[in-house]
Amino acid sequence: TRRLCILKGIYPHEPKHKKKVNKGSTAARTFYLLKDIKFLLHEPIVNKFREYKVFVRKLRKAYGKSEWSTVDRLKDNKPSYKLDHIVKERYPTFVDALRDLDDALSMCFLFSTFPRTGKCHVQTIQLCRRLAVEFLNYVIASRSLRKVFLSIKGIYYQAEVLGQPVTWITPYTFAHDHPTDVDYRVMATFTEFYTTLLGFVNFRLYHSLNLHYPPKIDVQADVELKPAEGKEYAMDSESYLEKLSALSASLARVVAPTHEDEVEMDEFPVEGETAEQMDARKKEQEALEKHKKLFEGLRFFLNREVPREPLAFIIRCFGGQVSWDKSLCIGATYDVSDPSITHQIVDRPRVEQQVVGRYYLQPQWVFDSVNAKLCLPVADYFPGVLLPPHLSPFVTEQEGDYIPPEKLKLLAMQRGDNPDEESEEEDEEEEEEDGNDKEEEEEEEEDESEKEEEMKLKKMEEQKTQSSKLLPVKVTAGKLRLEDRQRLEQEQQSEEKRLAIMMMKKREKYLYKKIMFGKKRKVREANKLAAKRKAHDTAVKEEKKKSKKARRA
Amino acid sequence: PCPPLTPLPSAPLQDIRNTVGNIPMEWYQDFPHIGYNLEGKKIYKPIRNKDELDMFLEKMENPEYWRTVQDKMTGADIKLTDEQVDLVHRLQKGQFGDVHFNPYEPAVDFFTHEVMIHPVTNRPADKRSFIPSLIEKEKVSKLVHAIKMGWIKPRKPKDDTPTYYDLWAHEDPNSILGRHKMHVPAPKMKLPGHEESYNPPPEYLLSEEEKLAWEQQEPAERKLNFVPQQYQCLRAVPAYSRFIHERFERCLDLYLCPRQRKMRVNVDPEDLIPKLPKPRDLQPFPTTQALVYRGHTSLVRCLSISPSGQWLVSGSDDCTVRFWEVCTARCMKTLPVGGVVKSVAWNPNPTICLVAICVEQSVLLVNPCLGDKLLYGATDQLLESYMAPEEERVQPVQWVMATMEEHSKGVRLVVQHSKAVKQVTWHGKGDYFASVVSDNSNMQVLIHQTSKRWSQNPFRKSKGLVQCVLFHPIRPYFFVATQRYVRVYNLLKQELTKKLMTNCKWVSSMAIHPGGDNIICGSYDSKLAWFDLDLSTRPYQLLRHHKKALRSVAFHKRYPLFASGSDDGTVIVCHGMVYNDLLQNPLLVPVKVLKGHVLTLDLGVLDVLFHPTQPWVFSSGADGTVRLYT
Repeated sequence: TRRLCILKGIYPHEPKHKKKVNKGSTAARTFYLLKDIKFLLHEPIVNKFREYKVFVRKLRKAYGKSEWSTVDRLKDNKPSYKLDHIVKERYPTFVDALRDLDDALSMCFLFSTFPRTGKCHVQTIQLCRRLAVEFLNYVIASRSLRKVFLSIKGIYYQAEVLGQPVTWITPYTFAHDHPTDVDYRVMATFTEFYTTLLGFVNFRLYHSLNLHYPPKIDVQADVELKPAEGKEYAMDSESYLEKLSALSASLARVVAPTHEDEVEMDEFPVEGETAEQMDARKKEQEALEKHKKLFEGLRFFLNREVPREPLAFIIRCFGGQVSWDKSLCIGATYDVSDPSITHQIVDRPRVEQQVVGRYYLQPQWVFDSVNAKLCLPVADYFPGVLLPPHLSPFVTEQEGDYIPPEKLKLLAMQRGDNPDEESEEEDEEEEEEDGNDKEEEEEEEEDESEKEEEMKLKKMEEQKTQSSKLLPVKVTAGKLRLEDRQRLEQEQQSEEKRLAIMMMKKREKYLYKKIMFGKKRKVREANKLAAKRKAHDTAVKEEKKKSKKARRA
Repeated sequence: PCPPLTPLPSAPLQDIRNTVGNIPMEWYQDFPHIGYNLEGKKIYKPIRNKDELDMFLEKMENPEYWRTVQDKMTGADIKLTDEQVDLVHRLQKGQFGDVHFNPYEPAVDFFTHEVMIHPVTNRPADKRSFIPSLIEKEKVSKLVHAIKMGWIKPRKPKDDTPTYYDLWAHEDPNSILGRHKMHVPAPKMKLPGHEESYNPPPEYLLSEEEKLAWEQQEPAERKLNFVPQQYQCLRAVPAYSRFIHERFERCLDLYLCPRQRKMRVNVDPEDLIPKLPKPRDLQPFPTTQALVYRGHTSLVRCLSISPSGQWLVSGSDDCTVRFWEVCTARCMKTLPVGGVVKSVAWNPNPTICLVAICVEQSVLLVNPCLGDKLLYGATDQLLESYMAPEEERVQPVQWVMATMEEHSKGVRLVVQHSKAVKQVTWHGKGDYFASVVSDNSNMQVLIHQTSKRWSQNPFRKSKGLVQCVLFHPIRPYFFVATQRYVRVYNLLKQELTKKLMTNCKWVSSMAIHPGGDNIICGSYDSKLAWFDLDLSTRPYQLLRHHKKALRSVAFHKRYPLFASGSDDGTVIVCHGMVYNDLLQNPLLVPVKVLKGHVLTLDLGVLDVLFHPTQPWVFSSGADGTVRLYT
């Protein structure tokens, strides 16, 4: 039943009247809809499961009796079942399926990184890998990647597939230390369904782009790539998948791509849309097109310490050409020494033997550029340089939220003005000035402090003499209390509000207090972050100054 | 069927073997016989007349007892011979019954394990083992024929790679089941924020204390399920150890978590605040503290003001009553009364200058001798003009004339009750006053007439602990507040007209609107209930303005104002407009929160009182002061 629930997507419901349903007790219980359970009973796959159960029993018996011929026979007649109809039933339209693709993709990418031994069937892992690679190839072909994010958990990607945002996470390519408190059978059941779903989705997606499915590497490109090697190479299925997963070749189309693809779309003015909205939409469209061609014309080379697959995927998604060392993976298109390389992605503190005419950059530049929708200035990303913070593209700050200063800078850059250089220059100037000022100030301060001390002493003496002469009673001049109009008004308003709050009904008051509490907490958190940042910045500045001074001295 | 034991030595002559066979012997339980012998005669059960004691004695005395066994078939006792006992012992040990049987005799193999040169049998091989079998040939030829004809095909290797096709080739709307409509799609995973980055802005990193707090929190309570970390470069980022866990938890959520649609309230909090008329438009009302009347050394429990509004009287726990001039905050007179003053009430009749003061068990009627000499002289004359009636009437209280000493201080009459008096209040005309005695009987409320020096007990039965009483300002109604209800009595008809449910736990005080149709009740559970007597017996509105128990409430005589004083040290002045036309409900708007009193002993304001003509409010507090807000 657990398998059935997972496959059919049956989940418990929270009843409206928990007490009524639970016969008066308030103990925690899970409730399924009666309809759902009846629905499960009618599923034809139940019989298949029963057959499978019988099969397993027979097989075990045969093993126990060491009847190897029976084992072989049973294995040959292993009952199999298909989940096609369940997929169709759960997702009656294609868009429904796309909406639920997030978990499927994440799971497939996770399973495709599992070791080929233990834990789960090799076939499952291979299938997952295949489907994942196919999906990546689709994203490249359709150029639908939008956002990427390097988190400490893994790499997040967000693509827009047929208007639906699809987000998935891939782990970093390291061996997993498999936890013991995880039930792999549950995960395997989910994966079983997800692979079926993803396969059908891939099929449909490929056909929407007029691509072959299962994918074929474009022959033209193939020949260009490997003129020396025969065609048999590509036929070998294992290496074929590998080659596909190299993500370097474009895919073959059923219909030859016409180069006049980009015929200007006729514009149909949507009714009830003002000219402004149209303009905005047009602008958005243009921006999107520009974003898609972000790396067009750029040639990248990935060093071997850089995670190859994600970077190749991203660069190819935005129209860039990418290559890597031939010994690293098949599918390398050009060599390090190629003079036409514009960017080389490097993740080591310093590079010996720099070739003139290309930028040596850290991988974060690619990610940040994609998120910023423009090629960022390269100066911050040179190897060995302290990187600017990597921000999440998934956060859209609302009013009142804390916005990190880097994000503000980025937003300004996106708007078109380029405050970066100026500010940097200013910073440097400021720093220099600061340095000078500081010294001068310090000198002055020393002087002043001496003077002040003298003054103080004098004053004290004077006071002493005066106090001995004068009576201790003093009449101080009355201060004119300035009544701040604005403040008064504000106070009055706030008092009015307080009084009105007193008159609220109990339920509304509760709601109001809750909302206000939430707001206050948000503000508090934002303030906390801002304060932390300020403290950090000042600390950094101090340190810089110190080091500067030390250098000077 | 084991062979019968050796013939019993005790019965060699007659064979009393039972012939019933192998049956359960219980079948003969109820019969005198136990079966039949070979001749077909009944075998009778031996007579057993031994009781427990005999059995015991036999067990003790008979040395053969241990080897005596009852034969179930005959019912006779049998003594086992030595051989039989031996046999039993052997069997018990698991040995063979036969003494002479040797289980460990040396084994002699039938066949040797060595391979001999000669076969065991000397039969030559069959001829049919040399010629091919015809039946087999037939079978093979059949198979060959079947293969040739294509009836039998070699087993195809199974292709277990799944095939995909366009599942959604024709999306028909009929396939959308009803269940898709009530389907609650699983919420997507939360997208990561800046803090999850491998190189987050420095402010998102946790400080040491935060990290410690994070570790001490329950995993379910944590806001982030990871500690933000910073790495210098991508190369340094390790694998996330909980990745599989998180995927697994997501799987569990997907199929085990109950789903429910929740409506998120999307309200602008400003819209929730009711639109009320601005306090500025509802002036006049007291706004600032103007005067502080200092002098009392202990908490000031009660206040009252002369009808002209010139004098104020306050009673305190320091056993004094002080008379103040309102405008100057000067203490005109101090009257020591020798007891805690629970309540004071100035006679509302402007032609009489008389103050009723509750001190322990008595009510003092005091002429303060303040103000117009003619006025207070007239009051004295009025009191002295009393003529005692001819016949003595039985009264619940005693009216006593003040002694000379007391008279010089101003005390004119003493009404002595049997128990401590809690509250005293005047009728609007100034002749009658009512007093509340802290008692449980029907004697709790007494009504006194000053001019006739006569008291009566209006109630026959006690209806609970009376908190306070009140006269209606115009009509002959009388309000009695018990813990949870306010009862309204008609004094003329002598009947209960109404019972108001306050919805409070414990009523502390009560005040009536000068129009006489509205009542407010303050309660110790910090609620203030406004009753419209014409509307219903339930509160028109319950105001929860104060944070602590309400001690007293008051109405203004002229202005549409009412005030409440509470233990939280504040006086809240509200605008309470009552309209003449019956269709419009009263308008209640809080207009000012007055602070000033210092909390002492967890008590704040004990009494509030409005000036009779001006929009001023007095409050007395536990800090021993009386304050005037104008």
